[in-house]
Amino acid sequence: MQGHAAPIRASLFVTCIIDQIYPEVGEATTRVLRRLGVDLDFPRGQTCCGQPAFNSGYWRDAKPLARRTLRTFEGDRYVVVPSGSCASMLRVFYAELLEDEPELLARAEALVPRVYEFSEFVVDVLGVTDLGAYSGSHPHPDLPPSRGKGQDKPGSPRTVTYHETCHLRRELGATTQARALIGSLDAVKLAEMEQSEVCCGFGGTFSVKYPDISGAMLQDKLDNIRDTGADAVVACDSSCLMHIGGGMARQGMRTRPMHLAELMDESFTPKRSTSPSHRTNCHSDSQRTNCHSERSRGI
Amino acid sequence: MEPKTAQFEQGAAAALADPGVQQGLRGLYGGFHSARLTAAAATPDWEELRERGRAIKTHTIEHLDYYLEMAERNVRAAGGSVYFAADAEDAREYVAKLARDRGVKLAIKSKSMVSEEIGLNDRLIAEGIEPVETDLGEYIIQLAGETPFHIIAPAIHKSREDVSELFEDKLNAPRYERIEELAGEARRQLREKFIGADMGITGANFIVAETGTLTLVTNEGNGRMCTSMPRIHVAITGMEKVVPSLEDLAVFLRLLIRSATGQRISSYVTTVTGPRKRLDEDGPEEFHLVVVDNGRSGLLADPHFREALNCLRCGACLNACPVYRKVGGHAYGWVYPGPIGAVVSPVLTGISDAKHLPFASSLCGACKEACPVKINIPRMLLKLRNEISEGDNHPEERSSTLAERLAFKGWRAAMSNPAIMSAARSAGRLMQGPISGGTSGQQKGPGPMAGWTRHREAPRLADKPFRKRWRDLQDDAGESSK
Repeated sequence: MQGHAAPIRASLFVTCIIDQIYPEVGEATTRVLRRLGVDLDFPRGQTCCGQPAFNSGYWRDAKPLARRTLRTFEGDRYVVVPSGSCASMLRVFYAELLEDEPELLARAEALVPRVYEFSEFVVDVLGVTDLGAYSGSHPHPDLPPSRGKGQDKPGSPRTVTYHETCHLRRELGATTQARALIGSLDAVKLAEMEQSEVCCGFGGTFSVKYPDISGAMLQDKLDNIRDTGADAVVACDSSCLMHIGGGMARQGMRTRPMHLAELMDESFTPKRSTSPSHRTNCHSDSQRTNCHSERSRGI
Repeated sequence: MEPKTAQFEQGAAAALADPGVQQGLRGLYGGFHSARLTAAAATPDWEELRERGRAIKTHTIEHLDYYLEMAERNVRAAGGSVYFAADAEDAREYVAKLARDRGVKLAIKSKSMVSEEIGLNDRLIAEGIEPVETDLGEYIIQLAGETPFHIIAPAIHKSREDVSELFEDKLNAPRYERIEELAGEARRQLREKFIGADMGITGANFIVAETGTLTLVTNEGNGRMCTSMPRIHVAITGMEKVVPSLEDLAVFLRLLIRSATGQRISSYVTTVTGPRKRLDEDGPEEFHLVVVDNGRSGLLADPHFREALNCLRCGACLNACPVYRKVGGHAYGWVYPGPIGAVVSPVLTGISDAKHLPFASSLCGACKEACPVKINIPRMLLKLRNEISEGDNHPEERSSTLAERLAFKGWRAAMSNPAIMSAARSAGRLMQGPISGGTSGQQKGPGPMAGWTRHREAPRLADKPFRKRWRDLQDDAGESSK
């Protein structure tokens, strides 16, 4: 990120599942990206990328949502998506869906180079690979607690395991970024599970149409998570975490399902002296209040 | 083989409930799958090799008529016969007539998926000819009266005890304890068949167009015996198995064997170019190549599915597939199971019965990642789903219920803009109380969610969606809302 004269400008595509079910993941994503100096906005017109209908074969129902998404994210900002699956929809599958619609296809192709999944964006665009360099104490005393839904959440994890979500790995090809970020956190130990790259069995409507096949796949995933003894299972897709978390809750496991953005939100704070993004923010008049505000919070 | 693709759900349930089958399947990840990864990692330029294999296959399939004619010309030049069979019956009849005309009583076979596909054994039996499978796995399957469970390991679902019981029952063998004893029994039984057979029937892993050379990849040596001992050799193959040159063959041998078993080379790689020549010491008097279409032209004609013809039948996508590793090969209901089967079965046997298969996937992409020629199976599954849900096919071919179609219409409307999304959300929050209210963990979802909640807690809509929290985040940051 060094060398950028102005803050990197990005729009958050929060995804419908985070918007509606896991808003705290969206909040964590926002806080982390801001702390890393990103000029982030949230285009209000966004709804859903259309993947649920597309994956189920209802392409006529998916197209209007693709059209809306393309319109909402027109421009030159990066589009950051805290989901490997939804990012894949924009970056890979719109080309399939819109094959017969040249005008929309051209817009989808223009969008592709600006779309990044969250961990990709942090590592590949912001150039951040060592969160240790940004860490304050753990967890930072001034950080607001993770905003759950009034449920009792266990404290910040010491040992986490990482579930490699399918579309992030195999559609986006992002196999290293999230692990690098987790591995760089001073206060968190990464305990790799067996078969981390194997699907948890969610697959959207697959888990509804074939709940028992999906359930058998889930059981393997839960066993592998349990074997690590980790406090939390971290992933870059809230839908997979919903599935894994639903299974863990049913079986009384205390392991916490956690989006990478939540883990980062709870586990690191940029040090003023080491954060180039922070300097960048302070150089920008329009963001001055932002810097002051952060300073007043002891960051 | 009679397709039973319509019974996927029953087949899957039976496999999930069978501990023996589950145990066999559990070994795949640490077995073939891991062996493939190790072999690939030890092969310099593996990714370039895959790209090269993909490019050669794509080129060959795009010029298939040209290369098939070249192969035909060169097989004939080597003294062999070539027959192009339009469908399964055409292929069965050619082999059956040949056997009748030549007075064949006993035919030995090495493993051939196309032979399974066309149901050749039943036809030969009906003609009074005894077909004997000589691949150990296929031999077990034939004795048990079953169909292959896996492309390269047909009896992987059977334990040593299962096979011991089977041999006792069918061969009057003693109750063997050790695998070596079981293999020894099979070897004794098969030796007599090898010696007495009039016809050897094999598949073909590749047909080299420039030389008319058939290539077989095996680990048991039985394939080579089938090509050399009987007086007639019949090779049955799908029309996609042609490769242009020996140089290309070298690429595919490296890809196929590493991807199938993780070996660098199989115990036997057999090449056959026509029947025995004047100065040859052994080999058959006649060589017949039967090239089977049986629906493949349909794949070839459709640019969305043509890529399926690139398949080497290595089985890597089965081993990589977490769904196959739960439901096994029989659930898919036809000769080609797993991810590639979910693509080719609907196209080759009819989408109406096989409509479940493209949906029985989490679209995780492990197949695409494993495929030695990088066939994009998930993309084809998605296309099939689209054809099934919205295509011009008959309504009874749809896998979806009216309720599902209406649900997606409703969902599309709810997502059509943020205001409607908010209204729909309010309705959803009213409804979710009875679904997932409380935390006791035994609630059942309505309708389609009932299965989901059998294994998992249902999620709840948040009290305040992210879009309403965004403003607060601006206040936190001291920034004006955008």
